[in-house]
Parts: sequence; C-alpha cells; structure tokens
Amino acid sequence: MRPTPVPLTPTAAELRELALTELEYQAATVQLDRAPNPLELGMLGALWSEHCSYKTSKALLRQLPQHGERVVQGPGENAGVVDLGEDLLCCFKIESHNHPSAVEPVQGAATGVGGILRDVFAMGARPVALLDAIRVGDLGDPGQRQRFARVVEGIGWYGNCIGVPTVGGETYFDQAYQHNCLVNAMCVGLARRDQLVRARASGPGNPLLLVGADTGRDGIHGATFASVELDHSAEERRPAVQVGNPFLEKCLLEACLELTGDPDLIGLQDCGAAGLTSSCAEMAHRGGVGLEIEVDQVSRREQGMTPYEVMLSESQERMVLVVRRGSEDRFRAAFQRWGLHSDVVGRVIEEPLFRITAGGDEVASLPLQVLVSGFPERHPEARAPEVAAALAADPLARNPPWSAEAAWLMLLASPNCGDSHWIWRQYDHQVGDDTVLGPGGDAAVLRLRGRPDALALTVDSAHRSAAVNPRQATAIAVAEALRNLACVGAEPLGITNCLNFGDPDQPEIMWQLQEAVGGLADAARALGVPVVSGNVSLYNQFDGQGIPPTPTLGVVGLLPELSRRLGAGFTKAGDLVALVGPAGAGPAGVELGGSEYQRLAHGVLEGLAPEVDLQLEGRTAAAMRAAIHQGLLSSAHDCSLGGLAVALAESALLGGIGARIKPPLSLPDRPAPSWRMGLLFGESQGRYLVSLRPAQRDAVTTHFGKHRTPWAILGRVGGSTIAVEGVAEIAWEAAQSAWRSALPSRLEPAGAPGS
Amino acid sequence: MSARFGVAVFPGTWSDRDCVHAVGLTGAEAVPLWHADRDLKGCEVVILPGGFAYGDYLRAGAIARFAPLMEAVREHAQAGGLVLGICNGFQILCEAGMLPGALLRNSSLQFRCQPTWLRVETTATPFLASCQPGELLQLPVSHGEGRFYADPKTLARLNDEGRVAFRYTDQGGGLSAEANPNGSLENIAGILNEQGNVMGMMPHPERACEQLLGSDHGLQLFCSAIQHLPLLTG
Amino acid sequence: MVNDPQGLVVKDALHALGYPEVAGARVGKFISLELAGPDLDAVRARVDEMCRRLLCNGVIEEYRFELRPVPGA
Repeated sequence: MRPTPVPLTPTAAELRELALTELEYQAATVQLDRAPNPLELGMLGALWSEHCSYKTSKALLRQLPQHGERVVQGPGENAGVVDLGEDLLCCFKIESHNHPSAVEPVQGAATGVGGILRDVFAMGARPVALLDAIRVGDLGDPGQRQRFARVVEGIGWYGNCIGVPTVGGETYFDQAYQHNCLVNAMCVGLARRDQLVRARASGPGNPLLLVGADTGRDGIHGATFASVELDHSAEERRPAVQVGNPFLEKCLLEACLELTGDPDLIGLQDCGAAGLTSSCAEMAHRGGVGLEIEVDQVSRREQGMTPYEVMLSESQERMVLVVRRGSEDRFRAAFQRWGLHSDVVGRVIEEPLFRITAGGDEVASLPLQVLVSGFPERHPEARAPEVAAALAADPLARNPPWSAEAAWLMLLASPNCGDSHWIWRQYDHQVGDDTVLGPGGDAAVLRLRGRPDALALTVDSAHRSAAVNPRQATAIAVAEALRNLACVGAEPLGITNCLNFGDPDQPEIMWQLQEAVGGLADAARALGVPVVSGNVSLYNQFDGQGIPPTPTLGVVGLLPELSRRLGAGFTKAGDLVALVGPAGAGPAGVELGGSEYQRLAHGVLEGLAPEVDLQLEGRTAAAMRAAIHQGLLSSAHDCSLGGLAVALAESALLGGIGARIKPPLSLPDRPAPSWRMGLLFGESQGRYLVSLRPAQRDAVTTHFGKHRTPWAILGRVGGSTIAVEGVAEIAWEAAQSAWRSALPSRLEPAGAPGS
Repeated sequence: MSARFGVAVFPGTWSDRDCVHAVGLTGAEAVPLWHADRDLKGCEVVILPGGFAYGDYLRAGAIARFAPLMEAVREHAQAGGLVLGICNGFQILCEAGMLPGALLRNSSLQFRCQPTWLRVETTATPFLASCQPGELLQLPVSHGEGRFYADPKTLARLNDEGRVAFRYTDQGGGLSAEANPNGSLENIAGILNEQGNVMGMMPHPERACEQLLGSDHGLQLFCSAIQHLPLLTG
Repeated sequence: MVNDPQGLVVKDALHALGYPEVAGARVGKFISLELAGPDLDAVRARVDEMCRRLLCNGVIEEYRFELRPVPGA
C-alpha cells in the first residue's frame, strides 16, 4: 500500500469544500498537535459540520427540557425514547432531508424516510408509523407542483415499499420555500424494554460488523452539503444524492429486529450523514473506547475507491454493529438468511482513538475526543430584525378585498387549508392493522394491542408570525400539538423537534434561532412535555435569502382509553356546537396577525402574533381530555389555520352535515374594517370547536366549570349550510366542492391521469 | 372445525403479520412459511400476502415466483389445496402462471390506499362459498400496480367460466369508472383458477377483520375457507 | 455511478436461476446486462432464455435485444 499521504496545508478553497473555517482548521491542528492529513481533514469536515456536530445550535438546545418521569432516553442517541408503561417503550424522532430533496425530490424525500426509519430500528424498535412535514413554494408555479408531487411520490414509495404506514403529516405552500423546500420525516417505533439497543461500542477486541448495501461513492460530503447554502451550482451536485433501496432496508429491518435482545449484541448504529465515519466514531466515543477500521474489508460497489471515499460515503441502507468477540459468525449467518451481506470491518480498541488502516497500513488516526467533540462551538452574533413597524401595524385596519363568504370559500379552496386527501391516498396508511384514526384528522391514533390505551401522533409547525416573533410562534406550535392530541383525547409524552432555518451567520437568523428555541423551551417546560430528540437543519437559503424560521415538532401522546377516542367531524344533527377556550383575545378581541387569511387577502405579514397563555392552554387541554374520557362530547376539533370559520367548516364537511352558530363575540359599535374577518379567520389560540348531545349540556357545563375552563354554546349541528349568524353563511355543497378541489385542481389538471 | 393457514414470507413481504393476525381472529392457526423452504408445514390454506416482495423490482412478483416455496404451493394447488393471493400475492400468482392475466400500473399512475366496495360475482370457491352471489363487501385497496389486464380471449374465458371473483362497485353495487380505483378491465378485483381453489385479489381482506379498523367484511373470506375446506386425497 | 437497486436484484435473481455469467445488470428505460460467454451464438441463446424466463412478462410485454462486445474484453 502507499504510505500515509503527507499532510499539506489546505487552501481556502479546499477548506470551503469541506465546509470548514480557518478557525476550525487551526483548532484541529492545535488539538492534534500536528496538521491533519487529507483523510483526517475530510473526516473532521464531516463530523464538524453543523449537521453532525450542532456546533451552532448546541448551546441553545441545552435549554430544552429533556427530563421527565417517562423519559428513558433523551437527545444523544439515534432516537428519543419514552415509557408507555407495562414494559413498552416508544422510540421516535423527526429529521430533515431538505437539501437533497431540493435537488432530487423523489430520492431525496425517499432517502429521508429511509434514514429516519433506520434511526428508529437501530434502537431495536419496530417502526409502526411515519409522518412527514412538507413545505414547497406556491402551487401556481409548475416547477413547484412537480417538486411537490415528486416529494409525495418519494415518501410514498419508500414508506409503502417497506411496509410502515404513513399516518399523518403537514403541508404548507408558500413562495418563501420555492428554492428551499422542506422535507421533515418522522418515525415512531415500539420496543419491549429488553429489546432496546444503544449505539455504544465497548470491550476491546470486539469486532465491528458492517451490514447492508455495498459502499459506493454516494453522497460524499452530504453532511457538508446540508450545511451550506444552495446556489445555482446545486444542480451540478446531483451525483451527491443517494438513491434509496427500500427493499434492502426492509430486509435490514427484519434482520436487525430479530437480533435485538441478543446478549452478544453490544451496540447497533445506522450509517447516515457522514457514513461510516460518524456512525463508528460516535459509537466509540459514547462507549469511551476507540475503534480501528480496515477499509479493505468494506464491501464496495465501485472500483478503485480510496479510503477517503470509503470512510465518507453516504451509501444508504447500511448498519454497523459491535458484537461480542466470537459471535460474529452467528450474526453474519443471521444476516445471510435475509440475503444481507456483512463483513467484519474493524474492532474495538482500548485507546480512545479512531484508527483507519488500508491494507494494514495506518492512513488516519484521530483522538475521538477531537473528532467527535473537538469542534469549537459557534456563537454567531444575534440581532433582532427591524420588525417594530410590522408588529405595530393593525391588520384589522385593512379593507377586506372580498366578502366574508368569498373569503371563506377561498380559504377552504386554498392548498394550506384545503383537503389533503390527494396526498395521503398515495400513502399506505393501514399496513400493520393498527391504524384506528388515519390521516385527515387532528391526530393519528394507533392501537396498542392487548392494551386499552392507544398512541396518538401529530406533526405541527410554528405559526406564520415566526418571522416577526419566533418565540411566540414556536410556543404556538407546542400549544397546537397539545390541542391536536387533546382533540382525540390524548396527553403528550414527548416532543421531537426539527429546526429549519436559514444561515445562522446572518445575525437576524441567529436571533430567530435563539428566539425559537427559547419559545420551545418555555412552552415545553410550562406544559411539562420533554424534548427527547430532534434535528437541526440550517443554511436553508438561496442567493442570500433564507427561509422563514420554521421549527417543526412531532409529538407523541397516549390516549388512556382507545374506545373513548373522538374525531373532528360532527356526528349528529341536533347536537350542540360549542367553543371551548377564550371567546376573544388580543386588544380588539379578534386577532388577524400572521394569519393565513392575511397572507391570502393581503400578501403581508403584519400585526402581533396571536397571544399565548400557556397556563390556560394546559388547563384547557386537560379539561378537554377529561371530558372526552368521560364520554361527554361527540366531536372535537382544534382551531388553527383559518381560525374558527375553517374549523367549523371542516367539522361540518367531515361530518357530512351543516351547522349554524352565533359569533362568540358581539360586533363592537364601530368595528374596524376587517373585524368580521378577524372574528371568522383570526388564529387566536387555546380554542376547540366541539359538539355534544343536548342531553349532555348540564354535565358538560359542570365539567368545564370545575376545570375553570371558559366555554360557550354557540349553536347547533344541522341543515344544509354552514353559518356564523349575521356574519357569513355558505352552502355545505359549495364548501365541500371548494375544500375537495384545493389540491387536485392544481395538481391534476382535467384530463390528466388520476383526475 | 379448525384449519391451518400458511402465510408465505418473501423478502419484502409485509402483510404476513396482518394475515397472521386476521387468521388468529377466526380461531384458526396461522404459520409463517419461509420463501426458501419447500415446506408447507401441513397447512391446508396457503396465503400469499401483500407487500413488495423483492421491492417489486423488475415487475411485481416477477422474482418471488421463482422461490422454492412456490414449487410446493404449485403442487398444493394442483392437488386441489386452497391458495389465496392478496395484492402482491395475486401478482405473484399471475407471474407464476397459476392465474391468467397480469397486474399493471394503476391508470392514475399513483399509489392508491382507499376503501372500495366489492361485489361477489361467484360463490364457486371455498373462499366465497359462505357469501351470497351479488353480496357487497367493503375492503381496502393499497397498491400502485393493481390494474388487472388479460387479452380478450382470456377475459372472455374468465367471464364464460364464471371465474371473476369480485368487481369494484359503488356503495349501491353499481359498476362505474369512479368505483374503479386502478382502471382494471371490467372493474375486476379478483379472479379464480379453473378449479376454483386458487383465488387472487387486489383488495386486502386481512385489513378488514375488525370494525375498529373500518370494516370486518374480510373475516368472511377466511371463515368461508375454513368451513369449506376441500377434502384432499393423499 | 448511481446506485441501482433494481439492477442489483435482477442480477441476483439471474444468478439464482442458473446464469452465473451475468456480471452486472442495470435497469432503466431498458435493461442492460454485462455478461461473458464462449461465443456470440451461445450468449444470444442464454440471453433469450433470461428474457423469456424472467426479464419479460409475455402476457403484457415483448422483448428484443442486441449484443455488443465490451471494449477490452
């Protein structure tokens, strides 16, 4: 073999290739007491990238509450784990695959799903559900339509092929995401306590196995690709995108799950960003040991791969395991049964070094302390943007461009509020025979066999006002998730977060990040829900323009009694319709700031973010859950995008029946020009639209009184129209037509297949 | 009276677990059958379940049909034993030539997961002997390649010989294009072999065995098979 | 070279069916096989068999193929 290459001082361009700064390079040489060679530099570049190291966000993430009586595993492993009781654990995590999806939407989205699945079954948990959050640009643009359709295709293909149901998600369309789409994939899995595996190496002499796909040149420096801004050359980086193989992953999943609980299995880790380097280095570092890898033992798909390429390849569908010495043949035979190839590619060593050899010759050696945690934390300057003017503007003062009815139908027919069926009918949402409430409701509900309780899942993102008030908007995301779970009767157990932001080296964006994490921490703490896992995706930026701050949360909840679950649609004519929560909020009683109506009607973001009272949110959610558990209500739906009017219409449409309510607030003497719009479409927080049998009226009154929860009966279910008396009334048929057409009318022009 | 159901497992199959669950609900025994073994383990009914065997690479079912297990399944069918192919299982049976025709990509070119209404077209098979002709069942479909195709001669034969098992209909039992989730010829959702002991169907009965999950009409197929197990010689 | 899961599985399936001479397969808008054999006629016969047995579904598809020597082989 050739001797170890002589380290040369890298040029600025070479450092940029690896997304390393001059400062970081200096820090590395100081810690190593020498210059790193090219392979070592490549590995440092990968592990010190934002995606792997969280060097910019780590300090902020520390403020998130991670502990709780149900927390079995907080951030730091492949996925977070909460205890469902009776020996059952739930592993879950959300992760982004934004940059690859912008370049190759089908495979980028697909491999995002593949990656998050591996994170969950690497813990020894069987994946039982997938959810996804997608953001692309305006669907008026054919390029965005195609991109969106392909992302959905990619998610569907991978999830359907591997046989894990996709049970929920969130989509949002806005020009701001046209260059930087967001694809966040969440996976939820279940494991018995004795099946939980950790990604930890130990026991010097124990072999390291690599199983799964052969290693090719895929995605080399994908981790760094995710850590830099997209520019016009992104297209040319196409070879960096990995192609998924869900069939191979299915075999890998089954083989790995057969092995969990095996006493000779010491550690299991998936190969994701930065491939072998990060998976192995992290495993060793967590175990306080070192690792030696012989690259010639790694099975390759291509000829002539260098050690550099082998160590940094991001070929998909690969796992690494540390097993007890002497048991490796048994594990290899188990993999063989599933048609999986595996090799012993290294061994655990005592000294905490990461040693790479090629043909027996050492080609790299880095102390793990340096490789995994030697990066200098970054504290870029944060500076609040000039938003005073935007915040001070009064959204209610604008003249509405449409009548109330026209606005209502416009909102229902818009992609952000309209029916999402077009999307989820392409996802297998039933495989596994445990989906009780699938996509289309406030939260998905999955049965837990042999138990009376059930899992409830939701994905929610920060309010649109995040660009001017990220702190409050992120607290709203937590509140909304809480409400979505409460609507089915479930209580939140843990949060997984995906922070999608622009370039944190821009002080205003760093400010957004700080504020958003602060808002998440405040809300999570106030509501008693720990953040057990997550992912940060920075540099979602194009030509110097970043995306709006988009923190996205996945929340897992538990519904104590499956039989008590509730849906969002009205169930019976004659039922009473009520609003649970405050009737009004904000200085004028109604709030239009940052609302979807404002975006559609005026194309601006102005006014204060809706008020959030976290104590009241917590109390109201608890009261709702209790009411549902006691069977007092017939339906429950959270007021969010599009406010009260959209929630009312949705409940009517899902229930197949009209409804008529009086406004929760009376018209002021001299209402501002958009006050009625504020009443209908304002996105005030803490509100639920429920229905109940008339016979339950007294019991419900007593119940909410006891819980000190504001509530008011507003009207009745029935009829062929949907009405807020004195303000707006639309025909049920017209509402359905508008709502159903939102996506198909844009994505499937008449005459095309599927229309 | 009980029965033993064998549930084939190919690499990439995933509704084997659901089939085992569904069979369990009838009180019968379900046994997984590994694709590489030729052993049917004494099972009277063999189910080829849904999934993406071999990822559906090349063509759905194209590779799975060569599995050693399939030799045993073929012999079992030739001797009159019961075989039920569900979704991917139906695709495998067609590729193996145990059923005529082929399943093509949905005409919408999209994967579709949705409930469908099926009309029972014949009861001349143990799987449907407990049903009424013309009975409507609600079962879900979940596939990207479910469009049934057969050449005109074969299609005519299937009709003449009463070998169409189900057609997609609307809730009232009417045949329409809207009721057809994938563009199958004549809304065909399932067919039989000549003897009536091998049935292939695109919808998933194993996903419709509990009201909790939306419908329990699928249970009938499994129960019917148990009640009408053929007496096999030897 | 982009990862080709279909090609990998087709190659393995051909091996399992008794065609060990196939060194590689790529599946795109057409299928490309790399294989060795004693002479063109022998290879033609083998490829024809592969098409009939696995690569083509006679119910819905037809096939034709051409053989091209690999430079340097």
